[in-house]
Amino acid sequence: MEGADGERILVLGIGNLLWGDEGFGVRAVEAFQQTFSFPGHVTLMDGGTQGLLLMPFIAEAGRLLIFDAVDFSEAPGTMILRRNGEVPAYLHSGKMSLHQTGFQEVLILCDLLGKSPGEMALVGVQPLEWDIFGDGLTPLVKEMISPALRAGALILAEWGAPPVPAIKEPGSDDLLFPRALQSIELNR
Amino acid sequence: MSAYETQGFRLDNSGRRVVVDPVTRIEGHLRCEVNIDNNNIIRNAVSSGTMWRGIETILKGRDPRDAWAFTQRICGVCTGVHALVSVRTVEDALGIRIPENANLIRNLMHATLYAQDHLVHFYHLHAMDWVDVPNALKADPRQTSAIAQKISRWPNSSPGYFRDIQNRLKKFVESGQLGPFTNGYWGNPSYRLPAEVNLLAVTHYLEALDFQKDIVKIQTILGGKNPHPNWLVGGVPCAINIDGDLAAGAPLNMERLNYISQIIDRTITFIDEVYIPDLVAIASYYKDWLYGAGLSSQNVLAYGEFPDRANITDPKNLLLPQGAIINGDLSTVHPVDLRNPTEIEEYVVHSWYRYPDETKGIHPWDGITEPHYILGKNTKGTPTNIQELDEDGKYSFIKAPRWNGHAMEVGPLARWVVGYALKKPEFKEPVDKLLGTLGLPVTALFSTLGRTAARGLEASWAAHKMRYFHDRLMANIRAGDTSTANTDKWEPSTWPREAKGVGFGEAPRGALAHWIRIKETRIENYQAVVPTTWNASPRDPKGQIGAYEAALLNTPLADPKQPLEILRTLHSFDPCLACSTHVLGPAGEPLHTVKVC
Repeated sequence: MEGADGERILVLGIGNLLWGDEGFGVRAVEAFQQTFSFPGHVTLMDGGTQGLLLMPFIAEAGRLLIFDAVDFSEAPGTMILRRNGEVPAYLHSGKMSLHQTGFQEVLILCDLLGKSPGEMALVGVQPLEWDIFGDGLTPLVKEMISPALRAGALILAEWGAPPVPAIKEPGSDDLLFPRALQSIELNR
Repeated sequence: MSAYETQGFRLDNSGRRVVVDPVTRIEGHLRCEVNIDNNNIIRNAVSSGTMWRGIETILKGRDPRDAWAFTQRICGVCTGVHALVSVRTVEDALGIRIPENANLIRNLMHATLYAQDHLVHFYHLHAMDWVDVPNALKADPRQTSAIAQKISRWPNSSPGYFRDIQNRLKKFVESGQLGPFTNGYWGNPSYRLPAEVNLLAVTHYLEALDFQKDIVKIQTILGGKNPHPNWLVGGVPCAINIDGDLAAGAPLNMERLNYISQIIDRTITFIDEVYIPDLVAIASYYKDWLYGAGLSSQNVLAYGEFPDRANITDPKNLLLPQGAIINGDLSTVHPVDLRNPTEIEEYVVHSWYRYPDETKGIHPWDGITEPHYILGKNTKGTPTNIQELDEDGKYSFIKAPRWNGHAMEVGPLARWVVGYALKKPEFKEPVDKLLGTLGLPVTALFSTLGRTAARGLEASWAAHKMRYFHDRLMANIRAGDTSTANTDKWEPSTWPREAKGVGFGEAPRGALAHWIRIKETRIENYQAVVPTTWNASPRDPKGQIGAYEAALLNTPLADPKQPLEILRTLHSFDPCLACSTHVLGPAGEPLHTVKVC
C-alpha cells in the first residue's frame, strides 16, 4: 500500500521480549497498533531480534520510525528522540545482544547498498533492567510506553500520516502478539 | 597436562596461551584456547562449548508431535534442520510414511537452506578472514572491472559500478563508522589479495546480502514463515490448491510455484556466476596457506541427505552420500548404522555432565543429560569468570561423540570427501576441476581452504538440486497428485505403548541425528547429536581430540595479538557458536580482546 506520494512508512519495534526492558520496542509497537488507526501506507512491524532479515522491509520504506530500548547512559526511563544520521550511532551501544548490535549494522548496510530510508526517526528509552531472562518490562519503562507513543504519533503527523485514535472491537484478533502470551508475561 | 601424542598429533601446552572466548548471549557459546610456542605456532588447542543447551530436558514428557517446534530453537541460523530431523525421528518411531510431494517439498526447503546458508557463510561470516576491506579503497576500479569480466559473465562489472561502491565504502571508512567491518584485523600480513580483488569481494558481499533475502522467500512460501518455518509429523503443512487463490487457505498455487521457480533460476545464476568465480579468484592467492587439515585427512563422517524417493533411508536413495572414512583410507567407505548401540557413543569425561561410569560411552537412545559443572584443579579464574580452562578436567558443555571409538569431522568437506571416495561423478568431477584450475593436488582438499571450497561446490550442487526437486513436484502435480500429508497415525490412540526411533540428515554444517523414546504417547527420552557436537568435541577418555582442536594444531600465527588464522580455521567449519577472542600474554594478562562472531 502506498500513500499519495508513493512513499511507504515503516514503524518498527525491535528488541527481545524475554530480556526485561529489552522488549520495550516490541511492546511499544504493539500498543501503538492497539491505540491508533493508521493510513494505508503505514506498516507496523514487530521486528523482534531479526537483524539482517529486516533489511528488505527497511529498504522498501521511504521513512522509518523505530521504537527501541537504547543505552545512552541516561537515567533509566529517560526517553530520547533522534533523527536521520544520528540514528545508527545511537542504536544499542554494544551492551545488548548480538541481534541488536546487528541492527545498527543493518542500517549501515542499507546505506552502503544505497537503500536507506529517506528519513529516519528513533524513539528510544533507557532501560533499567536487561539482564534478567524471562522477565517482562519493569514498571518504570512500561510507563514510558504512553509518552513514546505520543512522540511516535507526532512524528507520523509530521510525515503527513497522522494516526487517529482507534476504536477496536473487543476481542479483535489483529494483534501483533497474541493476547494470551502477553498475559503470561505480564503476570509474572 | 604433559605433552602427549594422539591421532598422529603432538600436543604440548607448555607455551603461551591464547584464549578465544564468548560474548554474545543468544546463539550459543564457543570458547577456544591454544598454546603457542616461541615461533607463534599452535601446539595445543582446547575447544569448549560454554552454554548448556537443555532442549533434551525440556522435551521430556511432551507430545512427540510438538518436538520439532522445540528442537528447531536449538539454532537460529540453520532454522528448519532440527525440525526436519525431528519429524523424521518421530515418523521413524511410529512407522509413519509421508507422501512423495511432502518429501519433495522438504527437500526443496532444505536445498534452499543449503544455498542460502552457504552463500551467507562465505560472504558474510567467512570472507573477511581472507578479504581486507579497507584495502579495497586502494583499488583501481578499472582493473577490478577487467578482473570481474575475465572470471565471470555476471553483468554488474563496469568500472563505474565498482567506483560507485568504492566511493560509498570510502565515506564509511572516513567517518570511522565501519559497521559490520569494525572488528577486522585489517592490514594483517596474512591478507594476500590485491586491492582490486578486495574491492571485487566487498562489492559481492553487498550484492549477496541483497540477494540472499530473496532465496529464503522459498522457505516462507512453503513453511509459512522464516526463520523457523512450520513442519508436520506425517508430511508438510503446505496444502496444494493449484487453481485456487491464497484466500482458500492453501499456500501453494500456480502463481506461487512459478514465483519459486524464478527464485531458483536466480539462485543458480548468482552462485555459479558470482560465488564460485569469487571462490576460485580468492583461493588462487592462498594456495600455499594449506593449514587446518585436522581430522579431515583421517576420519570423516556423513549420514547422507536428500532422500530421492520418500520413506527410503537406504544410502542408495540419498543424493548426498552416507559413509565413514577411517585413517585416511579413501578406498574403503564404511557403512553407518545409527541404531547400532555400540557404533555412535557419547563420552562426558571432559564434559560438564555426569554419567554413572565416565570411562564408557553411551548410545544416544540411552543418553543421559545431567549437568555437572566442575572445573579441573588447574583452571585459572573462578567458576563464573574463567581465565584459562584446565583440559585435564571437565571443560565443555559439549559431549564427545565418537564413531566406533573415533573422533570424526563432519560438514561439507566430509560429505564431499565421502562422495569423492565413492567416485561419484557429481562430487569427483567438480573437485578435480577446481583443483586443476588452481594447480593443486588432491591432498590440498584436506585444509581450511578445502573446507571452504567444498562448501562453495556444494552450494552450486544444492542450487541445481532445487531445480530438480521443483521440476519433480510440478510433474507430480500435473499428474494429479496433490497429497502433502498422511494423517493416518496422527491420533495417539493409533500408536504403540512404547516406541523408539532415530531421524538423521545433514545440516549445512554437518551430520545431524535425533533419537527418541516414546512411552504412553509422551516423550520419555530425547537426544540430539548436532554437527558442532562432532566438530567442537572435547577430549574423550583416551585423550583423543576433536576436529576443531586438531585443525588448529601446527598453524603459525603471523601476529598472536591478531589471531586471524584461528578464526579462518574455526570459521571454515561454519560453527553454530558465536565467539570472541581474548589474547592472553605469557603470564595470563590480557593482551587484546575483540569480538569475532
